[in-house]
Amino acid sequence: MTRCNVIRISLATCFLSLALLSGGCAITTSATLSEVPPMHTIEEFKDQRFAEVYDPWEGFNRSIYRFNYYFDSYVFLPVVQGYEEITPVFVQDRVSGFYNNLSEIRNLSNSLFQLKGKESLTTLGRFVTNSTIGIGGLFDPATRFGLDRHVQDFGKTLGYWGAGSGPYLVLPLFGPSSVRDTSGLAVDTGITYGIYTAAAPFSGTGHSFEISTGVTSLEAVDMRHRQSFRYFESGYPFEYYMVRFFYHQKRELESARNPDAPSE
Amino acid sequence: MKQLRLLITICLLLLPVSSFAEDKGYDYPIPGSYEATILGTPTALMGELPSEIRMKQLVLDVLPEREKPPIFFYDQGLLCNFAYQKKKAPLIFLIAGAGSSGQSSKIVTMMKAFYKAGYHVITLPSPSNANFVISASQSRVPGDLTEDTEDLYRAMESAWDKVKGDIEVSDFNLCGYSLGGTQAAFVAKLDEERKSFNFRKVLMINPSVSLYNSITRIEGLLKNIPGGAKKEGVFFNKMLDKFANHYRYGNFIGINDDFIYSIYEEKLFSKEETGGLIALAYRINLAGMIFSSDVMTGGGYVVPKNRVLKATDSIFNYFLVSSHLSFFDYFNEYFYPYFQQKRPGLTKQALIASESLKSINDYLSASPKIGVMTNENDFILAPDELEYLKQLFGARAKVYPRGGHLGNLEYKDNLAHMVGFFNTAGGTP
Repeated sequence: MTRCNVIRISLATCFLSLALLSGGCAITTSATLSEVPPMHTIEEFKDQRFAEVYDPWEGFNRSIYRFNYYFDSYVFLPVVQGYEEITPVFVQDRVSGFYNNLSEIRNLSNSLFQLKGKESLTTLGRFVTNSTIGIGGLFDPATRFGLDRHVQDFGKTLGYWGAGSGPYLVLPLFGPSSVRDTSGLAVDTGITYGIYTAAAPFSGTGHSFEISTGVTSLEAVDMRHRQSFRYFESGYPFEYYMVRFFYHQKRELESARNPDAPSE
Repeated sequence: MKQLRLLITICLLLLPVSSFAEDKGYDYPIPGSYEATILGTPTALMGELPSEIRMKQLVLDVLPEREKPPIFFYDQGLLCNFAYQKKKAPLIFLIAGAGSSGQSSKIVTMMKAFYKAGYHVITLPSPSNANFVISASQSRVPGDLTEDTEDLYRAMESAWDKVKGDIEVSDFNLCGYSLGGTQAAFVAKLDEERKSFNFRKVLMINPSVSLYNSITRIEGLLKNIPGGAKKEGVFFNKMLDKFANHYRYGNFIGINDDFIYSIYEEKLFSKEETGGLIALAYRINLAGMIFSSDVMTGGGYVVPKNRVLKATDSIFNYFLVSSHLSFFDYFNEYFYPYFQQKRPGLTKQALIASESLKSINDYLSASPKIGVMTNENDFILAPDELEYLKQLFGARAKVYPRGGHLGNLEYKDNLAHMVGFFNTAGGTP
């Protein structure tokens, strides 16, 4: 009984705030010159909508998208540029290899969560090969041995077991995501952190915190260095929608289960 | 990844070779016009290109008094790439194709090829790219060769102004592809009067002869989809399903080259569908131009007059509306009325005729510095237009047997010819 009331009250609050929001909009627009309907409107087209993604928080997402643009311009990209200037390409590639190899832990745990036996073995093989012969991942002999990289994460695992993506979400720094993929990111980060704490590779140095902060920062720099995307560089006014569509579609496809695949 | 590219390359090379015999060693591998247009050139077939080049991005304040609405808050000026040599060298301007930015992948490949050959390079977005409409178009109404040429010329002067203190230049050159190719010829003609650059050589790559005819041919590709262009949303969703199913039932490890190549190899899309996809991509592109122009002029075409769009407002419905408009809608309802008002007595026929290389025919035939490079199966040219280019340019026309529209632009032979054209002495190459 009380629970019902709570739900009712919160629903009422939601509707009220929605009504206030829409009312607020009407007031602000009427304050300026009155609008004239355009020559072409959506009503005249009897066609399916396309390239659309469920995005109820679009206003919020667009403001994070804008934040990322400014963060890129003033912080992230200048740091990445500095990094690219002071390190030779050879070193940059080794750094990328190192982090790629670390992320095999995430790939492996999620291949296991999806009960993909063969893929898990391949990923394990990659990790062992590259950690040893590849000197801690600096080089990638595994690919040359025919062990393909299978990128996995917990968002994909959730999708694999049938969880829908939920609303689209733009994350600060990370960019395009969804409610599902954001939870996935949290889980993967938790697992990585757990393993890291258990292994405590720098515990003997006395500077464990400084070193791990450095490792994490370099990882962020390496991540941005490898991503050629620049916010708003396309000049295309609907870039936000293109990014949203391609992100969503790629994730949907890559996390879905092959309906014909033999169970492993 | 390397193996994969190698594999793709090998597969491509093993494709039906029947038509190859007459091509005298031209090995661009994709025979179909539409397929080549979509797939372009595999990286392995581009030849050696530098991975790191000395380059910076220019943000040009071409029209200092220009006010920009909040929805375009990110537009700080015209974005151009500038690659430079440390010693005295020739400079080349590159003009991007319809809708493309100065950072699009094709123009970046061209920039690398010229940089490698010892040129300073400045890339310019197409006047039909929203960045250009917002920051560099005087009228804010793109699509007219005469006005766009004036705008381009002003942008080039502004770019040169910005860099001339930092580099030594021996001479100026100009090259453009697709719509940018056609514009290059007009810019060259304008330069004969203004003489800011005195271009030594000018190359058009896959240009359109008549803009109106070329667009008619592209729009025509949408007529073949079920329900016609008005049902492009249905078509889009159907093609997406096909694409998704192909992925789901195959054993792919991601959306990568391997997957894209298999779509081509297994002929997932029919010829009509492939053509429809090209036309749809063009419409989505055009939508950006229509929307940005309408916002900038406040013309009330797709956005309500007097509505001030904020940076975080949803503009998805404008995307859907704009992408459902054809070029003919834009031309008849927006473009022509604007020019009619400006030049009373102007007929549609006269306007269409002015948007063509034929309108500067005399200049082109008398200018040995201009050349053209295109393909037998470029679908934006009618057979008589291709013939016109061959007749007009004679030895200065290089016509490849295949490659569709721009598909082979990044192919090693094409890049070599492109650079070679500029490396030969002025006049006939």
